[in-house]
Amino acid sequence: MLKMNPDFALLAPARPFTCHLPIRLDGVDLGFKNRSVFANLNATIGGHGITAIMGPNGAGKSLLLRLMAGLLRPDHGDVLFNGSARVPAGRIGFVFQRPVLLRRTVLANVLHALAVAGVPRTDRQARATELLALGEMHGLAASPARKLSGGEQQRLSLLRALACKPGLLLLDEPSASLDPQATLLIENIIRRASDCGVKVVIVTHDQGQAARLADEVVFVHQGQVMDTQDIGEFLNRPGTAQARAYLAGELLID
Amino acid sequence: MQDFSQAFAEAFALIGTADATLIGIIVLSLQVTLTAVLIACLIGFPLGGALAVGRFPGRMALVVFLNSLMGLPPVVVGLVIYLFLSAAGPLGYLQLLYTPTAMVIAQVVLVTPIVAALARQVIEDLHSEYDDMLRAMNASRLQTIWTLIVDARYSLLTSALAGLGRALAEVGAVIIVGGNIANVTRVMTTTIALETSKGELALALGLGIILVGLSILINAGLFLLKHSAQQRAYA
Repeated sequence: MLKMNPDFALLAPARPFTCHLPIRLDGVDLGFKNRSVFANLNATIGGHGITAIMGPNGAGKSLLLRLMAGLLRPDHGDVLFNGSARVPAGRIGFVFQRPVLLRRTVLANVLHALAVAGVPRTDRQARATELLALGEMHGLAASPARKLSGGEQQRLSLLRALACKPGLLLLDEPSASLDPQATLLIENIIRRASDCGVKVVIVTHDQGQAARLADEVVFVHQGQVMDTQDIGEFLNRPGTAQARAYLAGELLID
Repeated sequence: MQDFSQAFAEAFALIGTADATLIGIIVLSLQVTLTAVLIACLIGFPLGGALAVGRFPGRMALVVFLNSLMGLPPVVVGLVIYLFLSAAGPLGYLQLLYTPTAMVIAQVVLVTPIVAALARQVIEDLHSEYDDMLRAMNASRLQTIWTLIVDARYSLLTSALAGLGRALAEVGAVIIVGGNIANVTRVMTTTIALETSKGELALALGLGIILVGLSILINAGLFLLKHSAQQRAYA
């Protein structure tokens, strides 16, 4: 556990999220236009720390994340938060693979998230400024958000997701196509958020990133959770042949 | 009939000397039109947003109906408003007939469907891009619509501009409910129609030149504004 910088304390969840854990996908079916993606999917994501969802392209990792966020509803089955089918909306932050930023300044993007979350107007400016400083973006506050570099846009997207102090942070390949420097900056914020008590679930293809960040790995293949393992075990002694093939680079597309 | 070139010369003289009648007509025209377009935007943008974001039975039918209203014949709108505002009509007691307010009402009825229908299209396009993000933020329907209106602001200016074009060029409705009364309800288009029918081309031409000039000026201004916004990735 990293020693927490006091500045990062502002990433701490507004209320503990542990009462909503574990997240359980119970007999989930999901399909699109006669194409089944998940059939009787069962998975449990619990505990603290960072869970990495890994698997080949097309395995359904992003859809799994969307189901957890309530952006998709299963055709059958349930997504349960500590046994409750009610998604704790407003307590979940989501970062998409391709950041969608408002056609406004950097600061206005964070202020908007705070306004939507119902943070009082008088508190918004200070919190947004603190968040941007934490993400080393304070110098860009007045810049148009969509003119930022890819790494900066994703970092802003991450800070915005953390603005309303979520208890669960869902990240869909947040550093895909970013350079190592931009990736490290993002990983630093993710790790700090996790240290502050935010439950993090990250979809990633990057084994190095999983090794640096994750505590456990959920391995998905052909719409099924094949394995849930501690990160060290997964990387060194993967529990399934498919996971071994994936880690060896022999299982790229489902 | 006056000589063509003489009419042009007199028209430019009226403009050059800032003729009081000419200025009065221009000011009233702009007051009526800008007020109507402002009200149409205040109604049309949220209405377009609600139709773009909302999912309810009959939505498609409503969209088709709204699109059809874009082609409302101005004289028919003028006639209906006339019937409502005339002494025997349900709103006769307001005594609004033959006033600039009646003209504003007629133009609002004409322009709102244009603004709303174009706004719906613009907002719907943006909604497809923002939908997941706003849902992930747990934004309410109202917050979603407001966010989309704010972020589509430069594209919505084009909707407002289309409405402004319709209102500025409109004759049929305002002449019926306004009556084309000198110094009271006489606007650019109705004056052009009247003066042309009388064979007095100088004032008509002068107003025509101003009308076209205004249209070019407003379009150029909004084009520059939108271009500048695009440079900063705000549009």
